Amino acid sequence: MRVRLRLFASLRDAAGIEAAELELPDDITVGEALDRLCAQYPALARWREHIMLARNRRYVTTADRLADGDEIALFPPVSGG
Amino acid sequence: MGGAGKKRFEVVTTPIDVNEVVGRVMAPEYGAVTTFIGVVRNHSRGRQIRYLEYEAYPEMAEEMLEQIGREIRERWPAIEEVSIVHRIGHQEPGEISVVIAVAAGHRADTFDAARYAIERIKEIVPIWKKEVAVGGEWWVEGPGHPQA
Repeated sequence: MRVRLRLFASLRDAAGIEAAELELPDDITVGEALDRLCAQYPALARWREHIMLARNRRYVTTADRLADGDEIALFPPVSGG
Repeated sequence: MGGAGKKRFEVVTTPIDVNEVVGRVMAPEYGAVTTFIGVVRNHSRGRQIRYLEYEAYPEMAEEMLEQIGREIRERWPAIEEVSIVHRIGHQEPGEISVVIAVAAGHRADTFDAARYAIERIKEIVPIWKKEVAVGGEWWVEGPGHPQA
């Protein structure tokens, strides 16, 4: 299945990409996808425990499952206001 | 209804007009409007700030602002209207980064609701600020994972 990846702020700077199309096995969890990304972009691995995860613009945990066509976003703890 | 038909929760790239945001929630039925204004501070971490760069995940940020509005109405049923406008992009010290306006028939809950809104923004709304100071720049990161 295909999933769209987006990165923001310091994570985007660390990985050096802001978006990508990922080809992933069906029925994969968010955590498993994150494992693959950390292997592919080692700069992300350092931040792994702090990464906030959103699937289709909703916060999710690493246990959530992805579906074809999803948009998954990785970002650091927010700092607006 | 105050400011009928106007968008209540917005991420914008241009300067925020406070009166315009307040106008979105005002109506003759409501005797109280509390407004919070967030302003770019000219110093941070002992350094003089030149400017801030705010970045957002804009689609999700607006949805999270709407969620904060729903949470406020659940917690304080007397609150009639909420509007939150957050600006992103380049902002100089003294410029307005966020405006929150809360309206109700009476004043009591409007202060708590406005306070709640700014605290929740700092927990769940995907916006980040980069501080560009004299002699360095850095991303500011919040305290961590939210109760989303």
